[in-house]
Amino acid sequence: MTCETWQRKIDAYLDAELPEAETRELDIHLRSCASCSSQALTRSELKRTIHLAGKKFVPDPELRKRIQSSISPKVSGRRWGWIVEVGATCAAVLLLIFGSMVWLRQSQRQQLVGELTDLHVATLASANRVDVVSSDRHTVKPWFQGKVPFTFNLPDLQGSSFELIGGKVTYLDQSPGAQLLFTVRKHMLSVFIFKDSPELDRALGSSELTRKLSFNLESWTDGGLRYLVVTDASRSDINELRARIVEAAR
Amino acid sequence: MALDRDKANEFEELAMPLFASLYNLAQWLTQDRTEAEDLVQESYAKALKGFGSFQPGTNFRAWIYRILRNTFLTSRTGLNAAKTMPWDDEDDSRSVSPVTTETPESILLARADHNAIQAALQQLPVAHREIILLCDVEEMSYREIAEALTIPIGTVMSRLARARRAMRQLLADKVQGANR
Repeated sequence: MTCETWQRKIDAYLDAELPEAETRELDIHLRSCASCSSQALTRSELKRTIHLAGKKFVPDPELRKRIQSSISPKVSGRRWGWIVEVGATCAAVLLLIFGSMVWLRQSQRQQLVGELTDLHVATLASANRVDVVSSDRHTVKPWFQGKVPFTFNLPDLQGSSFELIGGKVTYLDQSPGAQLLFTVRKHMLSVFIFKDSPELDRALGSSELTRKLSFNLESWTDGGLRYLVVTDASRSDINELRARIVEAAR
Repeated sequence: MALDRDKANEFEELAMPLFASLYNLAQWLTQDRTEAEDLVQESYAKALKGFGSFQPGTNFRAWIYRILRNTFLTSRTGLNAAKTMPWDDEDDSRSVSPVTTETPESILLARADHNAIQAALQQLPVAHREIILLCDVEEMSYREIAEALTIPIGTVMSRLARARRAMRQLLADKVQGANR
């Protein structure tokens, strides 16, 4: 292939949209061609700068509030007004009584989030990220049989931007669980699955999104299992993967 | 409200995390803060109304962006933008040459300058600006972009190639102008 042909493919290469075989070929070509590698470097730098410079406009928090209130399921003011008032009073009292419990839960939560982020980062840094390497869910799921004290379904990722890399057994608070590694457009996502326990439930509660060191952490329970996603991918990607996992569990 | 409480909750859970991104895209499209606010608000209202027709498991981000974009295209600013830009470019990525007069060196000089990048983006026709933002800022895959813009993937590739070429040319012109 000529340099001109390769240079037409550099954008798709940098967008991670080039087929695997061509990506490998272009990798090899770039190592030996100064002109093409200079093009690739420039375009990659430009892409990165556009990514940062393109996030220019920040919305007014008031607009968020307006939209949030316009789309939130409404409780009719007059009819339910007294319930809201009583509810608010009760909530204030409960807040006072359980303030210390919340504080305790927050610190447990921070500790757990920290441990999960560490597990995710350690996995990414490892030369052998997973023990079962396969994008086939029918290979990965049976591998966990006898290794973790529960079973789970993996989502069908066909037609999505997600790809399953594989999985391994991991431990949280001395309990064994599954760690599954996915990618979405070069972002890595760890999905942890553990048997739900009162301790985990207390610390994490229901579905919530947390940020720690720029990682997003999402957590939910389903069928006695606690699912946790740790990643630097966007919230919408997390929501999509979560929807697929929930669907697979049904 | 046509949606039941669970469905409305589901919509809120999917739509609100995209708020900042949708606003950013809206202001890039309209180039005006007030218009962008109206556009985002109207898009959310339309999306909520039409959420019953959204297929779970399909791409919500592409779906809601499509609503925002269609709302923009039917606005006065959008209609004016559409008049000055051919949206229906052909799938002829092979005819797109990789470079014109810009050189990697000249782009390198401009690439670190966020203001230069923002000014160049602003100068691009709206179809080019939009596709660059979806790909490079929102990191959408070509398939997602195709879904959001309701165009074939081949057109995504050719339009993106044209848009990037135009962007590189604008940056190169700026550097050359500064050197004169």
